Amino acid sequence: MTMFLRSRISPVVSRACTLVWRRSYGAELAPLLKPPVEVKHTQLLIDGKLVDSASGKTFPTIDPRSEEIIAQVAEGDEEDVNRAVKAARNAFEKGPWPRMTAYERSKILFRYADLLEQHSDELVALDVLDNGKTIDQATFAEMPNVIRWFRYYAGWADKIHGMTLQADSPHHVHTLHEPIGVVGQIVPWNFPIIMFSWKVAPALACGNTVVLKSAELTPLSAILAGTLALEAGVPPGVLNIISGFGHTAGAAIASHMDIDKVAFTGSTEVGRSVMEAAARSNLKPVTLELGGKSPFIVCGDADIDKALELSHLALFFNQGQTCCAGSRTFVHESVYDEFVEKAKKKAENRVLGDPFQSGVEHGPQVDISQFNKVMKYIGYGKEQGATLLTGGERHGDKGFYIQPTVFADVGDSMAISRDEIFGPVQCISKFKTLEEVVERANNTQYGLAAGVFTQSLDTANFLSRALKVGTVWVNTYYAFDAAIPFGGYKMSGFGREKGEYVLKNYLQVKAVVTPLKNPAWL
Amino acid sequence: MASRAIVSSFTRLGSIPLGRLSSRSGNSRNLEERAFVHVNLGRGGAIRSFAVAAVEAPVKPSYEVQHSKLFIDGEFVDAASGETFPTVDPRTEEVLADVAKADVEDINRAVKAARKAFDHGPWPRMTAYERSKILLKYADLLEKHNDELATLDSLDSGKLYSQSQGVEIPHFVTRLFRYYAGWADKIHGKTLPADGPHQVLTFHEPIGVVGQIIPWNFPMVMFAWKVAPALACGNTIVLKTAEQTPLSACLAAKLAVEAGLPPGVLNVVSGFGETAGAAISSHMDIDKVAFTGSTETGKLVMQAAARSNLKPVTLELGGKSPFIIMPDADIDQAVELSHFALFFNQGQCCCAGSRTFVHESIYDEYIEKAKARALKRVVGDPFKSGVEQGPQVDKAQFEKILSYIDVGRHEGANLVTGGARIGNKGYYIQPTIFSDVKDDMAISRDEIFGPVQAVTKFRTVQEAIERANNSPYGLAAGVFTKDIDTANTFSRALRVGSVWINCYDVFDAAIPFGGYKMSGQGREKGEYVLHNYTQVKAVVTPLKNPAWL
Repeated sequence: MTMFLRSRISPVVSRACTLVWRRSYGAELAPLLKPPVEVKHTQLLIDGKLVDSASGKTFPTIDPRSEEIIAQVAEGDEEDVNRAVKAARNAFEKGPWPRMTAYERSKILFRYADLLEQHSDELVALDVLDNGKTIDQATFAEMPNVIRWFRYYAGWADKIHGMTLQADSPHHVHTLHEPIGVVGQIVPWNFPIIMFSWKVAPALACGNTVVLKSAELTPLSAILAGTLALEAGVPPGVLNIISGFGHTAGAAIASHMDIDKVAFTGSTEVGRSVMEAAARSNLKPVTLELGGKSPFIVCGDADIDKALELSHLALFFNQGQTCCAGSRTFVHESVYDEFVEKAKKKAENRVLGDPFQSGVEHGPQVDISQFNKVMKYIGYGKEQGATLLTGGERHGDKGFYIQPTVFADVGDSMAISRDEIFGPVQCISKFKTLEEVVERANNTQYGLAAGVFTQSLDTANFLSRALKVGTVWVNTYYAFDAAIPFGGYKMSGFGREKGEYVLKNYLQVKAVVTPLKNPAWL
Repeated sequence: MASRAIVSSFTRLGSIPLGRLSSRSGNSRNLEERAFVHVNLGRGGAIRSFAVAAVEAPVKPSYEVQHSKLFIDGEFVDAASGETFPTVDPRTEEVLADVAKADVEDINRAVKAARKAFDHGPWPRMTAYERSKILLKYADLLEKHNDELATLDSLDSGKLYSQSQGVEIPHFVTRLFRYYAGWADKIHGKTLPADGPHQVLTFHEPIGVVGQIIPWNFPMVMFAWKVAPALACGNTIVLKTAEQTPLSACLAAKLAVEAGLPPGVLNVVSGFGETAGAAISSHMDIDKVAFTGSTETGKLVMQAAARSNLKPVTLELGGKSPFIIMPDADIDQAVELSHFALFFNQGQCCCAGSRTFVHESIYDEYIEKAKARALKRVVGDPFKSGVEQGPQVDKAQFEKILSYIDVGRHEGANLVTGGARIGNKGYYIQPTIFSDVKDDMAISRDEIFGPVQAVTKFRTVQEAIERANNSPYGLAAGVFTKDIDTANTFSRALRVGSVWINCYDVFDAAIPFGGYKMSGQGREKGEYVLHNYTQVKAVVTPLKNPAWL
């Protein structure tokens, strides 16, 4: 996802400014656009078939624009997870997937990428409908990368190499990097199809079988993507998709005795439960990609307009619902006043509206509970003495829209500076020295990402080493190329996704040793 | 060439009386063969029965226990509570020393020292070359104090002095520190191809303050597996030893500071799992925890990590490793190595070959020979030359093993030899073999961690694979066959972290070790362990005017 803003969004933003909706968040919303997609699949995908849940139960998924029901979706629970694991186990132990050549697996994954590309518009529309994200973003910044990641890992499938090792004695030693088995994956609602691809593509490339639970707020795109996998030639049972809730279906995955690995993306709080359940059950290895409170540091020598543009994107992108949102903006005192003034203007110019409308930059929050949580934190910001520059209110009276909100003079101890808000609330604070900003930036339980803006090579080198985070974006933000590893320090999780690094999450290492009786040489 | 002679395979343990000397000369393979001959025939009629040696008066080692305090921030200190606990000589059941007993407050002190050494000290800031030199010097000092460290481990755990002195310290401790000293300046990040005009690179950084909890079966070896890679990566450490075997690590910690390791980088505490161990697992300021021990305790460690600060966990846990003998195998070698795979270190190995699967066509011959070999096993004072088996580590283990032997009898396994205590002082147990063991018997399912071999018969390769894999564990396996196709089938089909084909317990520094399934997660040794002790940071910046992409 090479730079959301510069490559894709910027032209969109400038186009948007010519629309009547400029400064539109005080205005009435136009009538809702009809989504360019029909919801066809709402069942669970188990063993290559779309099925109802064992209980017959369903749950509604809601359009955050209108607060109305989009569809009733089959509600997976423990019994459904058991069925899915059984199918995945069977596909792993007896099926062709881990037994075919890596080249075959690779070809199927390439075909899968082609099918995802063909169905891009539907997948995009389902995510927009379920999540409220803008169609421009999903179309230009998200979906092409989903396809990209499947092609990237299709290319890895036949490049997973073991090693031969030097022995201290006359032994022949080699390692096999084997698939780990049945993999449980639990994905969040903020980037439904992207998170699907981060999890599924590498796990399949390594030869595993998968039981994936989508988020209850955004179940639709994964079901379609699951059926496309079958069409591409992924054998039945290799990729099973369960819609359902964390405390039931998610818990069943985390604590399942026959799942060999679990990967989770979501909140730190739930990540903890997943790890505990894994520890109490069969000690399956866990990888976690959790919350963040990522610093965005603007030094005195930075290109201020670019820094401003990107700090705005870093926070407001996807309605602020990004684990690596740049949610603590640290600005050097020498440029602070200018920056704050411009940040306010930038936020006021943000185009809110129906996310299906091209040119709209900002849709509704995903659901009522997220909406309420964000509003609560805006309240804390006001109470605890931060300066509200703009926004701070609901937008309109239907749909979960919140005004782009900017607080200045935010103190490090305020709740809005400490906690992950996961909403369109930018928190700006002033700093004097590099040492000070490093200390403050690192003074958090999280360590997911950071933005650094400076023209100085030395400053860039210093900050990129000193910050305790998994990703440092220097004079850029949200660069998500397939090859770049992503993951957290500290309580932002452990393990890395993407790149070559993620492969080790889905592989077992086996050492094989045999004596050398008559080696030509050692 | 010379150094390859006895290095790294416990297999050649029997060669110890001549091993260390002869490793410096001659042809290695000849030596290896001689080693086995020595084991098989060397002791002739000296000690025929395993009962004889044990009752003799214990040998008094020349080295005395000097250090029994906690090592925190570069100094030996008492526990905050002032409390101590006794560590016992398993030969005599008598107290060796009273050792400072760490609890939460001591862990907090140690973490504070380690945190300071990490956040402000020179260790993660010096060049990797400097770190490497300190680790090499440390290896030299460990080598210099080889016999003292070996003595302490044998005193504390009852393991053979010949084994600790001749194999464990030189080839698994000193060797491992040199191996990781060599890694310290070869921990490379990457530069990555981007899809657009971006420069992308990764740093592989130390993870921070590392908590390590090690077991009693190989005190110094486990110390080395944990400490050497963690230090090479630039971390600081709080290590808890096992309460049964605290002594050698105290001396080793002191030697580290002598080698130039800054104070606070390596803190060693003695204490118990439910207090000091729990404090490490659940500490909010420890960035990673590595544990070796039982599966049951591993679960607690991971839960505590989850409930506290979500520190990443690596676990090396229990096993019930199959040892599979095909009809085309060299039967005498298979008898010898399956004996060794189980009885080595009194059966107290996580990867002990504790389920011996023998093909039906050679089953009777095998049982006969395995029995003869076990009967010949020399049990006695571990400090005595020629002895092959010492006492179990402590009373609890001793009693657990005897109760499993009872269970084996009651469940209907056929007791071929052994089955009782030796003498009435010290935790000595007769080398014990059960044959006709069924897969659902407790002695076939559970980790016994003692000198109890469980032998069973199989017909087909497919059957052996299925039964071998039918276990919650997946640590290691031995496969004995001359056929390359059979070897390839087994090495792929077995769900275990190590497959030893026509050998067993080969532990070179470069070979990764760790478990599938409930035998744990993560790998130790080799290049692989470095992942456990590094964080990956991606750094991305736009390219304004690249010469080319």
